[in-house]
Parts: sequence; structure tokens; C-alpha cells
Amino acid sequence: MSKLRTLAAIRFGYGLPQPKGAPASAEAVLEMLAGPDEAMQTWPIRNSADLVPNIQQLRQIQKAGKKPAAKNPKRDALLQDFSTAAEAASVITFARALDSADGFRERLTTFWADHFSVIAKRQLEALFPYALVDDAIRPHLTGNFADMLTAATLHPAMLSYLDQSSSVGPNSHFGKNQNKGLNENLAREVIELHSMGVGANYSQTDVTEMAKILAGLTMNADLLMEFQPRRAEPGPRELLGKTYDAPGMDNIHAALRDLALQPATGQHLARKLAVHFVSDTPDADLVKAIAAAYNGSGGDLMVTYTALLGHPAAWVGTTEKARQPFDFMVASLRALGVTGEQLQQMPYKQFRGQVLAPMAGMGQPFKRPAGPNGFEEAAEEWITPQGLARRITWAMRVPPRLAEPLPDPVALAQSCLADRASEPLLWGAARAEDITQGVGLVLASAEFNRR
Amino acid sequence: MTASMDRRNFLRGLGGVLGCSIAAHPMLTTVTMAGANGGRALGDHRLIVIILRGAMDGLDVVQPQGDADYAALRPTLLNPQAADLDGFFRLHPAFGDLMPLWGAGQLGFVHATSTPYRDKRSHFVGQDMLEAGTGMDVPLNQVKDGWLNRLLQTQKGLTSETAYSIGQVAMPLLEGPAEVRNWSPETTLLLTPQARLLFDKVYESDPLFHAASQEAMELADAGNGDLAMAADPSQMAGLKVQDVEQLVDYAAGKLKQDARIAAFSMTGWDTHRGQAGGLSKSLARLQYAILRLQTGLGEKVWGKTLLLAMTEFGRTARENGTTGTDHGTGGVMVMAGGALNGGKVYGDWPGLSEANLYERRDLMPTSDVRAWAAHAIQGLYGIDQSVLENAVFPGLKMGTDPRILL
Repeated sequence: MSKLRTLAAIRFGYGLPQPKGAPASAEAVLEMLAGPDEAMQTWPIRNSADLVPNIQQLRQIQKAGKKPAAKNPKRDALLQDFSTAAEAASVITFARALDSADGFRERLTTFWADHFSVIAKRQLEALFPYALVDDAIRPHLTGNFADMLTAATLHPAMLSYLDQSSSVGPNSHFGKNQNKGLNENLAREVIELHSMGVGANYSQTDVTEMAKILAGLTMNADLLMEFQPRRAEPGPRELLGKTYDAPGMDNIHAALRDLALQPATGQHLARKLAVHFVSDTPDADLVKAIAAAYNGSGGDLMVTYTALLGHPAAWVGTTEKARQPFDFMVASLRALGVTGEQLQQMPYKQFRGQVLAPMAGMGQPFKRPAGPNGFEEAAEEWITPQGLARRITWAMRVPPRLAEPLPDPVALAQSCLADRASEPLLWGAARAEDITQGVGLVLASAEFNRR
Repeated sequence: MTASMDRRNFLRGLGGVLGCSIAAHPMLTTVTMAGANGGRALGDHRLIVIILRGAMDGLDVVQPQGDADYAALRPTLLNPQAADLDGFFRLHPAFGDLMPLWGAGQLGFVHATSTPYRDKRSHFVGQDMLEAGTGMDVPLNQVKDGWLNRLLQTQKGLTSETAYSIGQVAMPLLEGPAEVRNWSPETTLLLTPQARLLFDKVYESDPLFHAASQEAMELADAGNGDLAMAADPSQMAGLKVQDVEQLVDYAAGKLKQDARIAAFSMTGWDTHRGQAGGLSKSLARLQYAILRLQTGLGEKVWGKTLLLAMTEFGRTARENGTTGTDHGTGGVMVMAGGALNGGKVYGDWPGLSEANLYERRDLMPTSDVRAWAAHAIQGLYGIDQSVLENAVFPGLKMGTDPRILL
């Protein structure tokens, strides 16, 4: 295996050994990415629409006036469906990352899911974070960013998480009658986090104008996105020096498209991509090249990724990044030979105890970032005394419960790190007191935790 | 988030290689081991800083019900049951158990205060600036350390046990060249002697992993502080406080020994919607933290303690359209401890008429929150004003001593 191929698997995929059919060069990575999203077809998650009947039945039960505290097995079963669907989706998220040959697609999906971070606020919304990924991110992963931005902004998961569902134009019919008004949470983050970035040239007035543009956008009783004209703020709006005066949702679509096309957005996304994939302090020319590709193509993401993979700075030999806990966990499972199918057959309680709960201890509660800015990037955020202690503890204790028999530690180091396994690591792996300790040493090593 | 990520890299970049290639901003003078206090280690006083992430609504916590404009701005949030503090301000009911502390002069507030951060109202930049302790004149990506770390840098004779950053969430406030401890009390690390030797060797060539693992092993060996205090679960019915309890007990355990400074953060303040419920929960958790620290530290140490709870900015003076508040500017700092000259709401009150609001929207800040912290540090540790204004909080004008300490 060539050094570049090892680097490609570790830096732009979920590690070694790669699943069957994985691409062997940067060109092949891009070629596979340009093809269909096979992982989503192979491992589908429950569609939100399937659960609308549950919501409607729950509404009927509520209308019937039963006390919420009273025992109601039917209601509990209807609610349980949401949790069950989300639990299955969490396992599938791992299975896709673990088994897909199209590793760069999975890594990009995780990147964008973090860029458009949402969390489930209540049991009825348990599937939301997964639905946003499959509805808004994966379908646009290789398309135009404006489409992804629009789909993510209009998704019920986002409308709920950033409170858009309750924002009302103060001069709308509804606003006047009900004495309701704006909530500028989503408007701010669409500009600050999702498009232009906080360093860009915009003002509080732009945030407020964006909130007025978005007013009317809400979530209906079935938890689906709906535009309600009676909540929309009347009159033309001015955002970043441009006037928006179209009816219905047209202003929203136009404003989001224009935000996607702002040069600051290209700059912001280019830097985030370079930081996420390559280095916490990325080469300036790399960022410039990615931004130029984005801005030159009007936000074409395939062109943008091509610039990333095509730049020599993306292939520097030193691995500066720390694998985030999700990345660490998937790479560890893969190194141990655990498959997605095994995860799906595992009792959920075991999956939660051995995979999800430890990740939270490492600082990354699965699908629950602390805020809409997602998880931190810098290696120093993750490799803290407490964070590293959790990784070591997991690596020393859990693998025997996942893989039977455990691999020989030296062979493991060679299979999951190839030419990146250092002499001291191979030395140490051979001198461990037992196999469990040797496996722990390899999985907790700096080489394995860097990418 | 670019600015934030840059700064965090500088903060935590091991080996100055990342930082030194950038020319230093003139406001960022190198911190020297000034020995303004004769170079002796920090004395007996304890300083606890809690960062309230998410922007706490100061106008709801310390409610200016004596201001004629308040009621109209807060039609649903105004709470007539709030306890009277001084005839003008009233205290949010979720802080009700703190009233005895108020009466004893061990609880106080600064109102209408803020960092120098203005206008874009981003949580993440706001928090970075709060923890960097710098002004708008310093690009955040040139700040290498947090203000509490710079305080440590000015002192000689400190050990790594002097300051603790506690919890899983990183605390840029305490990061920088001066050595501090980072630990999360619920973590354990059980390794055989052989495993330790092997890790030592395997991590040797990676300074980040080597340093983190060394510290982890030491802290795990040292145990989790003084966890002997009895919990009183009945007091906290219905509220999840186990995480706060672990954090606070660990802090108290360390502060009773050699530690003089501890910092951690609490979230749950970003109340855009349905603020009444959300804020009450977060306040109850903070109240629990304060009271448990008081108990855990014991009378003697509590008597030498100052706790400052600071947030990145306040929230809009007006309620928004969804019975919440949006990002604002001026807010409140919460202070507690036996070293505090409390029972007072400090700060000049700017008024709430539309013309008096910042950008006709937010509570107008009438003080720089750093100045209060600087005066507190001066009082606790006898550090020179020039060191505070140049090294700890570069560019700050401390102004007259408000005498917030006994």
C-alpha cells in the first residue's frame, strides 16, 4: 500500500483497513463521490413522513383530554416509535461510515452535519438530526451549496432547533392579532455560522432583516415545514444592500441563494474544509485555492472538493489533526473488524453502553453538540487529560467485548496504520502484558488518534 | 467561527511554533514575571470563575422593577413574586435560596456591565473575548492565552496545583503558558505499571499526547478531591444536578488544598424562546453550585473566597416575539463568597427608556466587566494596577476602586 493511499484512507476516510472497493487514488475518490450515494440506499433510515400518522394519533389522544400523567399504553407506544426510529438511525450512521467504500462521502456528510448542527429537543423530534442529514445534506453533497443551505434552513429540524417555528412578523396578521413577533435565532446563525461567517461584513440590521425575510416559515402540527403568509412580515426587505420584494417564499429562496453566493461564504467554507480535513492551522494557499474554486464555480461543491484534494498541501505527511471521538470510534471498530451488520444485530443497550456513552465521555455526545456551532476542531480540544483518559480506558476495556478473538496487537498496528505505525508503537505492542493491553495501546496511540 | 478556531489553536498549540510567526499586536505586551507583589505566590484567597455560556439575561435575573420602563419591555417575563433586593431591583425567584447570602453580604451583582464586545452579538466570539480579556482593538486570533492564565504568568513560585480548569468543556480563560490543571472529576484511569511504561514510550514523540497522558495519570492518582460531603437530594427535587455536584465538589476539594483558582462553565442561558422555564432551570443549577461551594469549602475557606459568574453578553431589553429574548449587550455579573462586600447591586444604572438603550435595543453597558474582575484580583492578591491594565487585561482602564471586597 502506498503512503499516499494510507494518508487518503486516514485523512479523507474512516481509516484502514478500507472496505472492499475503496478507491486507490485521489482521482478515484472523486470519481466515486461523483457517482450515486450507495450507502444511503443500502442503509436507509426511517422517513419522517412515516411517522406523521403517529403525530396525528397522538393529537387525537391529547384532544380526548386524557391527563398527560395517566397511563396510556397506546400513547406510549406511539411515542416510542420516534425513539426506536432514532436509535436505529444512530446505528445506521455508524454502519454507513464503517462499511462504505465511499469513505470521503461519509466524512463529508459528517462535516456538513456538523456545519448544520441541530439537536432533537423532544421525543417527537428524536429522528430530526438524522432526517436533516438524509433530506438536506446527502442529496446535495456534491451539488450546489445554495441548494444544501436552502434545504437545511427550511428543514423542520432546523426550524425547531433555532426557534424559527415560533418567529412571527410583528406586522403580519398573526403578529398583530396575537401580539407576537420575531425570534432572530435562525436568521443570525444562517449568516454567522452557515454562510458568510462571523468575520464577514454584515450588521445587526442584516440579521434583523433576515429574520423578517424568514418570518412566515414555520413547522405545522405534523412537524412539517410550512410557509404561512399570515405570519410573514409585509413589505420589502433590505439585506446586505439588496432589496427583496417578492411574494411568498420567493424572498427566502432568493436571500439564501444570495448568501450562498457571497464571496465571504466561499472563504468561510474553504477555511472550514481545510481545517476539518487537513490542519488546524491550514496552509493559506490551500484555503485560497478552495475558496477560488467555490467562488469561481458559483458554489459547486464537487469543484470545491476537487480543489481540496488536488492541492499539494492537502497531502503533507504529518498528521496534525486529532480524530474526533466519532471518527476514533468508527476507525477503532473498523480496525477490530466489527461490521455495520454486527452493530445492527447488537442489542441497542449494548451499542449505547459500548459506543455512544463512551463517546460522550470523550467530549462528543453523539448528535448533541453544545451549540449550533457544532463540535470544536483543534486537536487540543480533544486530547485533553480527561479526554485522552477516556480514549485509553475505552481502548483497554471495550475491544474484548466487541471482537472475538482480539487481533494480535502488532498485526493490528500494521493493518490499521500500515506505514504510519511507528517503531516505538510496534515495540510497545509486542511487549504488552496481554493481548487486551496491546490492542489498547495501539488504539489509544497518537498515530491512531491523529489523521 | 474562524476567529474562534484560530484563537483556540494558538491557545493550545504546543511549542510556540504556531504562535511566534505572527507579529505581536502592540496591545499584547509580553507578560513578565513582574513580582508586583514581591514575587510571592498567591496568598490565601480563592477565586472561582464560572463562565455562563449562552448569554444570561441579566435583566431577568436582577430585575429593575423600579425602572418605569421595565414593565412595558417585559410584559410576560416580569415577575411580581421576585424578592426585593434594594427597593429598585428584585431577584429572580429561581435564585430565591440565595437570599440568606444576600442578607449576609455574601451575594452581590454588577448590573449593566459587559465585555468590550459589540454589535455582531455572536456567542462564540463573545465568549472568546470574555475569556481572552482583551478589547475590540486586539484581533482575537492574536491572543495566545486567557486572562486568568496571564494572571498566573505574572506570579512567581506557583505550582501546577495553583489553578484548576474543571470539566469536559475547554476553558480558554485558563489556557496559556502558565501551567494549570485540567480535569473532569468523573474520569478514572486505571492502568497497570507496565501499561504506564508502554504509554510513556509510545507517546514520547507526540508532545500533545505525552503531556495529556502524564497529567491524566497524575490527576487520576490524586483522586477526585474531597467528595465526603453529604448530598441533600431532597432540596433539588426534579432538577438534574449530578454533573454540577461533581464539578463543584471536585473544585471545593482542590481549593481546600493548594489550589487558589478554579474555573468551569455552565450552559443553558440562550433563552430565545419560553425564557421563563429555561432560565429558571439554569438559575437553579447556578444557585445549587454556589450553595454547594459554600458548604464544601467550609466557613474558613469560603470566608476567603470570591466567586464571579460572567457571561458573554446580555440579552435584548425587550422580550422578543416568542416570550424569550435575543442576543443583546449589557448584562449582569453574579458575585458571591465570604470575601465579597455584597448585599449590593453595583454599577451605574443607565435607564431603560428607548433613547437610553444601546442601539435602541439592548441594556446600555455602563462598565467594562473586566474592570470589576481586575479590582477583585487587585484586592485578593495585591497585584499592581499597571500589571492588571497591561498584562492581564491589556488596554483596560480600571478606574476608581468600587470596593467590592471586604
